[in-house]
Amino acid sequence: MSDTDARGGLPEDRDYQAGRGSAADADQPAGEVPAGRHRVIGTPPPATSRTMLGTDQGDGDGARQKPRELPAGPADPRSARKAERVVAACFIFSMVASIGFIAAYIGLEVHSVDAVLRSNLALGTSMALAFLALGVGATIWVRHLMPAVELTEARKPMASSPGDRAAFGETFEEGADASGFKRPLVRRTLIAATVPLAVAPLVLLRDMGPLPGTSLRYTVWRKGIRLLVYGSNRPLRPADFGTPGGMITVVPEGYEDDFDALAKAATIIIKFRPGELQPPTVMNWTVDGIVAYSKICTHVGCPVALYEQTTEHILCPCHQSTFDAPRGAQVIFGPAARPLPQLPITTNAEGFLVAQSDYTVPVGPSFWERG
Amino acid sequence: MTVERALEGVGGALDDRFRGAKGFRTLFRKIFPDHWTFLLGEIALYSFIILLLTGTFLTFFFQPSMTEVIYHGSYTHLDGARMSEAYASTLNISFDVRGGLLMRQIHHWAADLFVAAILAHMLRIFFSGAYRKPREVNWLIGLAMLTLAMLEGLFGYSLPDDLLSGAGLRITEGVMQSVPLVGTYLAFFLFGGAYPGNVIIPRMYIIHVLLIPGILLALITAHLFIMFHQKHTQMPGKGRTEKNVVGAPLYPYFMAKTGAFFFFTFAACALASTFAQINPIWLYGPYNPVSISAGSQPDFYMGFLEGSLRMMPAWEWNVAGHTFSFNVFIPALLPLGLIFTAAALWPFLEQWITGDRREHHINDRPRNAPTRTALGMGAVAFYGVLWAEGANDVLADHLDVPLYTITRIAQVAIFVLPVVAYILTKRICLGLQRKDLHLLEHGVETGIIRQLPSGEFIEETRPVDEEARAVLESRPVPLSLPPAEQDVPAPGMRGGVGQLRERLNEVVNESVPLTESDGYGGHGNGHGNGHAIGSGQPDHEPAAIPAGGSGEHSGAGATAQDDGDADQRPDS
Repeated sequence: MSDTDARGGLPEDRDYQAGRGSAADADQPAGEVPAGRHRVIGTPPPATSRTMLGTDQGDGDGARQKPRELPAGPADPRSARKAERVVAACFIFSMVASIGFIAAYIGLEVHSVDAVLRSNLALGTSMALAFLALGVGATIWVRHLMPAVELTEARKPMASSPGDRAAFGETFEEGADASGFKRPLVRRTLIAATVPLAVAPLVLLRDMGPLPGTSLRYTVWRKGIRLLVYGSNRPLRPADFGTPGGMITVVPEGYEDDFDALAKAATIIIKFRPGELQPPTVMNWTVDGIVAYSKICTHVGCPVALYEQTTEHILCPCHQSTFDAPRGAQVIFGPAARPLPQLPITTNAEGFLVAQSDYTVPVGPSFWERG
Repeated sequence: MTVERALEGVGGALDDRFRGAKGFRTLFRKIFPDHWTFLLGEIALYSFIILLLTGTFLTFFFQPSMTEVIYHGSYTHLDGARMSEAYASTLNISFDVRGGLLMRQIHHWAADLFVAAILAHMLRIFFSGAYRKPREVNWLIGLAMLTLAMLEGLFGYSLPDDLLSGAGLRITEGVMQSVPLVGTYLAFFLFGGAYPGNVIIPRMYIIHVLLIPGILLALITAHLFIMFHQKHTQMPGKGRTEKNVVGAPLYPYFMAKTGAFFFFTFAACALASTFAQINPIWLYGPYNPVSISAGSQPDFYMGFLEGSLRMMPAWEWNVAGHTFSFNVFIPALLPLGLIFTAAALWPFLEQWITGDRREHHINDRPRNAPTRTALGMGAVAFYGVLWAEGANDVLADHLDVPLYTITRIAQVAIFVLPVVAYILTKRICLGLQRKDLHLLEHGVETGIIRQLPSGEFIEETRPVDEEARAVLESRPVPLSLPPAEQDVPAPGMRGGVGQLRERLNEVVNESVPLTESDGYGGHGNGHGNGHAIGSGQPDHEPAAIPAGGSGEHSGAGATAQDDGDADQRPDS
């Protein structure tokens, strides 16, 4: 990278100029600042003593007074007085609102929906008004009490001067030479040492969870497990279905509250009229027109909770994958790539609906090892 | 005076110890340019502070635990229900902690505002070209913060373990599983085993309250420090050049204004939280993997990912015993990857195409960079289609259009609308450029009709005032690429890449021509009274490029360019 020489002379770049609205340069005492130059913002006043107060006002000396860059007051004192009262009113209003907030906190109980809504209304309104009044007050203050100014500050190019760069380069080289980092043995072994050290934190993450193994392939459904209605946990007989129609969510008996099991085992059953069920529905896995499908969408795993009776479509509310219920829950629309797996069901000796086995294919979203 | 005494006392005591007088004086006089769009970043910053404040309050009461409890609290509708401690403590915050509901809702609204402000701020930076040299690094930091903010939001709204956010987590898990090769492992490691497990809430909690906010805080600090060090950009205007900053000083002007703005931001969040209910988790119920509510919608900033998942066709391959779920991982990764990669590369791509490696501190008016503006609008259209499709069920319901039709429209629109937006935007920008030139050349129409002695009617115009003129004249003249010498292309212009660069350069620099000799526009319509435009500002002089020059600051005379760090020509 090279640089132009024009950028070398730094002091010349640093003339900051007081712009519109600032005090005129006329009251600048002669001899204080080089003639023809605007005073520089960001450099200390050319005073000899270092005090926090750059100006020694009131010492009667006059000679050390420096020019103002910001006017002392607003252009129109009369409107400023009016603005002052408005600002003060805003701040007082804010104070009252804050006190109101504290009062609402002390005075209003919660512990019921209505009480919470009352409390929220009072606390929120008073808080919002307190902040709003502060904001409005401060804005009016800036706009009407502070004199309008526009100052100009010089901007230097970001790049350092060539000299500074060269000096840095030398310093860096010197340090590199002194460090002996150029010795290949030291350098290479240091680099070699950091590689396994960098891998170590990754290794530490190993126990974040067990390996998946084949667990995604199976659910808790086994031969003879009864289908319980989700919520009421009642077992079902085919005769319990009065008329064909609705969709019922069922869970495996013994796992009604086991979320890890239900996340894969949740199942829906639908009863159809005789002859309505078509291939590829497996007829041997149905009982009396009742078919059971996995409730876990094969797209990304939402429960397929919507069933439209007129069209006999099962719809996933997340991404609208649509499955054709009487035809093996084939995908007819949406991003799901596979039909909902069918659970083989039958009835046991007491006539309750039970599983014949686990699902024969993995349920839920696809995964790399699924195949 | 008391002020003086305080300065002598406290100020003196501090200065004795830290020698701060000089530094703070400079700081107090730091100039902040003014423009309403500069407030967008401030909104983001202040919503982050509000998030820290309200979030701290919430941690005093929230239990990040998936241990199952039976609820017997104030919300009687759920009395006796089984739920996680996380959900129960969120109910507790809402119904049994005074101000708890307000703090929860302010936290949620501020999070939405945070991401919205970041997005708006990012668009402002892009369309005004404020990402250009020397600010590319801050642009990249901004992109990183947007990504983190979205992740932070997703984890945050999943913490209460309610039915709605649980669906979001389930989708997250399904998406992770779709990643080829490592997806199943990623999901098992994050969730500590099979979904849902019992560790995801505490894990997300610590990521949400410590890890991401810590990184965000560090990045915000870097972002602000770099902005501070490089000084703010400014909009074009009278007296504003590449070598100055015009505005009001930090003390007292910017301090008071920005303080007021913090109060306004907080007031807006408080107002929204008082009158617009957000995330009423008690209505959704506790999470269970069997149920879901229809019309599940994520927070707005996740909508585009949701839409992307919804519109993707059902492509899945099985190859050699392995499953490629294109239907999931393409929509989950591609739009995000496309938008963020393009955004991250664009500043550098633009430099390569235009050969403009100068510093830029005066913002472009969007119309003056038609191709950039058009590309930006294309990206906005792309994002917009994804976002709208993310609410396709809501749209179908409200517009009474079949659900599938909306998805099919979106599948076409995702390809067509960005192109339409690009073309339209470019035309509009060029039209606005012509309008600017017309104003400069003919002045503002006054509406006064005068009859000339010859009988001809003319409308009187008056020249635009100085302020407006400075803005209208702010269009920079693009650099031209290094020319071929004796049929030998300049370095960086050779081969297929060089031809590509040349063609892209033509596209990117497409603008209504400025002609210097005869006023602007140069459409030679014989008006004869073309106002000679004195090009007063050095940075708008036609940029002749001395081959091999490498001055990188766009000051007067330094309008040189180079071809990249690698190929400085030998004659330089």
